[in-house]
Amino acid sequence: MPSNTPLLDELEKGPWPSFVKEMKRSAGKNAKAKDLLGVVEQSYKDKITHWKHGGIVGVTGYGGGVIGRYSDLPENFPNAEQFHTIRVNHPSGWFYTTKALRTICDIWEKHGSGLTNMHGATGDIILLGTDTDQIQPAFNTLSENGFDLGGSGSALRTPSGCVGPARCEWACFDSLDLIYDLTQTFQDELHRPRWPYKFKIKASACPNDCVAAIARADFTIIGTWRDSLRIDQSAVGEYAAKGLDIKNLIAGKCPSQALDYDEKNRKLTLKPEDCVRCMHCISKMTRAIRPGKETGATILIGGKAPILRGAFLSWVLVPFIKVDPPYAEIKQLLEKIWDWWDENGRNRERIAETISRLGLKDFLKAIDLRPIPQMVYHPRSNPFVFF
Amino acid sequence: MPRTDIGPPDYKTMLPETIVNNYGKWKYHEILKPGVMKHVSETGGELFTVRAGSPRLVSIDFIRDVCDVADKYCDGHLRFTSRFNIELMTPDKENVDGIISDLNKLGLPVGGLGDCISNIVHTQGWIHCHSAATDASGLVKSIMDELYEYFTEFRLHAKLRIAVACCINMCGAVHCSDLAVVGIHTKPPKVNHEKLASTCEIPSVIASCPTGAIRRHSDKNINSVEVKNERCMYCGNCYTVCPSMPLSDPDGDGLAIYVGGKVSNMRKPPMFSRLAVPFIPNNPPRWPEVTDILKKIVEIYARDSKKYERLGEWIQRIGWERFFSLTSIPFTEQHIDDFTHATETYRATTQFKW
Repeated sequence: MPSNTPLLDELEKGPWPSFVKEMKRSAGKNAKAKDLLGVVEQSYKDKITHWKHGGIVGVTGYGGGVIGRYSDLPENFPNAEQFHTIRVNHPSGWFYTTKALRTICDIWEKHGSGLTNMHGATGDIILLGTDTDQIQPAFNTLSENGFDLGGSGSALRTPSGCVGPARCEWACFDSLDLIYDLTQTFQDELHRPRWPYKFKIKASACPNDCVAAIARADFTIIGTWRDSLRIDQSAVGEYAAKGLDIKNLIAGKCPSQALDYDEKNRKLTLKPEDCVRCMHCISKMTRAIRPGKETGATILIGGKAPILRGAFLSWVLVPFIKVDPPYAEIKQLLEKIWDWWDENGRNRERIAETISRLGLKDFLKAIDLRPIPQMVYHPRSNPFVFF
Repeated sequence: MPRTDIGPPDYKTMLPETIVNNYGKWKYHEILKPGVMKHVSETGGELFTVRAGSPRLVSIDFIRDVCDVADKYCDGHLRFTSRFNIELMTPDKENVDGIISDLNKLGLPVGGLGDCISNIVHTQGWIHCHSAATDASGLVKSIMDELYEYFTEFRLHAKLRIAVACCINMCGAVHCSDLAVVGIHTKPPKVNHEKLASTCEIPSVIASCPTGAIRRHSDKNINSVEVKNERCMYCGNCYTVCPSMPLSDPDGDGLAIYVGGKVSNMRKPPMFSRLAVPFIPNNPPRWPEVTDILKKIVEIYARDSKKYERLGEWIQRIGWERFFSLTSIPFTEQHIDDFTHATETYRATTQFKW
């Protein structure tokens, strides 16, 4: 018998695990998943999407957390006409017990298509494909089992963070606890959109930035330290004995030439005031070099992808801050930032765009921060200065 | 009434015992072989992690299969990474081979750690998105089939991060990836004049355009907007605020490839990805033109780079002029920026290469 999805079938071939195989597994026992295959195959033929724009659906009491989605081919694929997404807020660090994961699977078997993303780009568990009348029952059961929705729309989006001290020796603060605490504190901001546009918070516990916070978060928290990194000279000697070219590959690649290697004595010395804490030597000599002991974070503002004014990386706002519970200083800073953005932001303008339009100077004044050289690469070159 | 605003489950209830006992006490880690690392604690505790790729769009049965492996070897615990990898953790080294073999039996590749290509961060594409200019899952599957050994083996001098976004909204860190594939529209929106006034607020539609290409319709009897085509750069922002401004087009939609970005602060500061290939038409189900050029870039980079050099660092060292000549990618007028911060990219020195 010829297949109904010849184009998608091609994507079952090859060594990498196939999403088409996953769609077919769900399609075997779920009519929505079966019709989804048909909709996507049609897109592969027509080379355009067959999902219509928007649709307001949700659960009682929330303004977000569910994305309405309707197909433009309801006659051909009636079971996939409604294919709404439920965003479920993940536990910090994406750690799970199998019991918790199986509970989510059972809920989604009953109320949805059986298809999910583990996870979406913002970090949530994405439950893909349900009907309007199943949204509230699905949420009720999720809530009974300890799961809540994430953010969507012009709201605080689900905060997320790296694996941190749970399984990383470089963690300069507890990214899991901070993310959990901020998520709990700002539930209202997360579930009830009322801002000019979306606002994302991400935390990476060291400058390697494993969750891409500097590129993706409006409010970026990156772990760092203020004292000197720690060097274990006997471990340095072991690396040298094993043949690591410390002179060229470690000291030679130090971006600020803060490291000096004495080949004869197998000794690595650091000029702490020259170190920019880039993580190169630490990452390549994990047994010999560690971050310092006076740890905390740099806070940066304004990371985002291109819409509207082009892409921005987050800019330094607070070069160093201690990150300890109950995180009062960080929460106060967030509230000041939101107040200013609420007052000055235009519709669909991320905070980076509001700052870029009105100037960092005014923004700093509004949130009571003093300008310091760490905030810029260099001072202005033009003479057009407002006094 | 259900309880609202309870927030996510407390992560502490999800952690395996070895992690609870060594939380914040990790001393160092080592990558033992592709996809396997060992963390050692100050207490002497050890934790072995096995990392596997996943297709991201998975069925609940897939999750149950992986849970079976975690129940068998990992005391019922597992985690996911921000790039949709699955990580199975155990304090017993003896479990590692069993985990790898069970994951392989499920068809999952083990790797993605260290100087490898990790799993591809991507968006929904034609599977679920209303503004997608291309598919994402199908592209990712096609790319990873071609670059499979770069996930399962150490063939590079540094990490290589790939991202796919199905439109320029770029949900995911596409704008700062070593290799990025971005779905693009190249035709202005086709305004639905009959529906526009009833579905959208005209002032918001006009205000949504970053280049001022949208204005009120010149015929006062038509309650709609006009698009000045030459000012449109196909961002789709008007479509996001107004469904009567669709810009999908079977021939106009396709893909662009950006290269050389990163987010880590290691050695060089974070970098944006830069345009390498301005347009490739959609060619499902396998997008061979896209996989060919990506594979070529990866192979040249693997051969030509120095140890520890990320793709963007390699390009900075050899220069963009040499990048284009090495890869035989034609340099076109689209490569010269004409948007907001364009002049920052014009070369103001006589230092360049041939």
